[in-house]
Amino acid sequence: MSSEQQLKLFEVFVRSKRGLDHKHVGSLHAEDAEQALEYARDCYTRRSEGVSLWVVNSSDIVSSQEEDAESFYDPMDDKPYRHATHYQLPDAVNNM
Amino acid sequence: MSQPLIDYCIAQGDDALIFGQRMTEWCYSAPFLEEDLALANVALDLIGRAQMFYQYAAELADDGRSADDIAFLRDARSYTNLLINELPRGDFGFSMARFLLVDTFNVLYLEQLVDSSDARVAAIAAKAIKESRYHLRRSRDWVVRLGDGTQESHQRMQQGLDEVWGYHKELFIVTDGERELIASGIAVDREALYNGWSEQIDAVLAEATLQRPEDGWKVVGGRDGIHTEHLGHMLSEMQYLQRSYPGVEW
Amino acid sequence: MTQFKLNEQQLEAAFQARVDAEQKIEPKDWMPETYRKNLIRQMSQHAHSEVIGMQPEGNWISRAPTLRRKMVLLAKVQDEGGHALYLYSATETLGVTRDELIEALHDGRAKYASIFNYPSLSWADIGAIGWLVDGAAIVNQITLQRTSYGPYARSMVRICKEESFHQRQGYESLIVLANGSPEQKAMAQDALNRWWWPALMMFGPHDAESAHSAQSMKWKIKRKSNDELRQAFIDQTMPQIEFLGLTVPDPDMKWNEQRGSYDHGELDWDEFQRVINGDGPCNRDRIEHHKKAHAEGEWVRDALRAYESKKRQRLAA
Repeated sequence: MSSEQQLKLFEVFVRSKRGLDHKHVGSLHAEDAEQALEYARDCYTRRSEGVSLWVVNSSDIVSSQEEDAESFYDPMDDKPYRHATHYQLPDAVNNM
Repeated sequence: MSQPLIDYCIAQGDDALIFGQRMTEWCYSAPFLEEDLALANVALDLIGRAQMFYQYAAELADDGRSADDIAFLRDARSYTNLLINELPRGDFGFSMARFLLVDTFNVLYLEQLVDSSDARVAAIAAKAIKESRYHLRRSRDWVVRLGDGTQESHQRMQQGLDEVWGYHKELFIVTDGERELIASGIAVDREALYNGWSEQIDAVLAEATLQRPEDGWKVVGGRDGIHTEHLGHMLSEMQYLQRSYPGVEW
Repeated sequence: MTQFKLNEQQLEAAFQARVDAEQKIEPKDWMPETYRKNLIRQMSQHAHSEVIGMQPEGNWISRAPTLRRKMVLLAKVQDEGGHALYLYSATETLGVTRDELIEALHDGRAKYASIFNYPSLSWADIGAIGWLVDGAAIVNQITLQRTSYGPYARSMVRICKEESFHQRQGYESLIVLANGSPEQKAMAQDALNRWWWPALMMFGPHDAESAHSAQSMKWKIKRKSNDELRQAFIDQTMPQIEFLGLTVPDPDMKWNEQRGSYDHGELDWDEFQRVINGDGPCNRDRIEHHKKAHAEGEWVRDALRAYESKKRQRLAA
């Protein structure tokens, strides 16, 4: 059986309550986005886990590559001045 | 006043339980896993609905019977579900055709039942309408996809529709007991829903490239306890434990 | 872009260092091919077990004795399907399709938990499966929440959250039977007699005989040994058996004060091998059913794809 025959793969994201981000929870197979949304409801929110759902065609996701990790992320590691903890303030105002 | 309402609640409960029981037969047998889970959700909705109606009937009757006693301890002749609910599972096409006819009806019916003058009935309807809207969304989509899918799916969908068609008339028959309840604003006049139902079905069938079957045949009798032979077999399985070990807790 | 390429050995060393540091391996990371293969084997076996496990319990949905028990059981069996979905979904991140996994199940290359080759013969079996089979599974799965492969670990977290309902509903149902009529109590004891040993076998062979254990521990795909997990399960389950007033079907079972653990009799490994190799009461039925349902669904899946491509053509026109 070729993978071409398989129904399309969708990634599922659930917002568990208002005010929170959508979070990736897994994937499922469906014919189109509309059906994927319904199956996301049936498969990933059986216990009222969500108030909002996103489904994204898995092949539409562009991902950074592991071999790029050094040039992508390492340069950020030596910029401690971006973090609040970098700055020592007197105790009197330290909860700034 | 109370007996027609008890009978009414039991009939509503029977419709939901018998249909739900039938649809549990899809569990671990659906065309793919996602659909298996979705069908289980529908069956759970239906069985939960039956429990609410039986529970109310048990309270009204106040004769020592529980909701489970009503559900499990009657013979086929005393079940008053409509026949469309008890027909064998059939293939996926038949199941979706049956869902379409029943779900379309249920949404129209429940939309009015939420205004029932009986607060308890209205509350059950308010919960059920949300479920049935989702069921209908699914069955509509499926009928369109299968009707307009491959040649085989089109043919199977049409065949399923033809096979179930003769059972839809019963959805619109008002019983004498129900007539009293309609007069007092408790129940909904199902007869009056036919035209709206018919239009909606036509629209879905057109999109699905399916033919509306001829109205040449119909089978009725469920509300009088005149069932198909399928019900007895379903009940003997469903009631097996309650009948074999009477009077114990589970 | 990095200008230099690490060689295989360096990559493997970096990989193992990451595992040793308790960092998760994610789908796009470099991983040894054997790690990937091992994971696919273990995860798909787990997914197939959830799917096949729907059958012995689903066998009683139509006969559940009350409306509540019927809904609980249906919801539970549905959850098993959901767990299979989470696991298939996690396995697919390793570059294998669900269709390929199902094909491997059908032609016998992939295995599933051997315990599901036993039949569910009475209503008490439903309680026993929830309590013992899910109970044993939970002991194993709790440790797998810390497994090294990210998607596997995350699906385990999700599954564990849901499993505790499964075990509790099973035990609750057995409490009722154990306190019910003599016939019900006998039914409960019989179920315990039949499911106890197969449940212990779920943890697999002794550590010394386990084919994949050592490497899997090193990669942190597995977190605890078969024997450790089996002992933990026995220790937690014995008081529950006593509470029910039932008898464990192991004459050698006794509390060992020194070890602070139970000593137990030896498992029948011949039976274990026999059932794994196809001679359990239900091996054929389980796979046949899955093949049949899959084959019967083919026209539906075909129709979905056909409809989708028609729709795309219409949009393009």
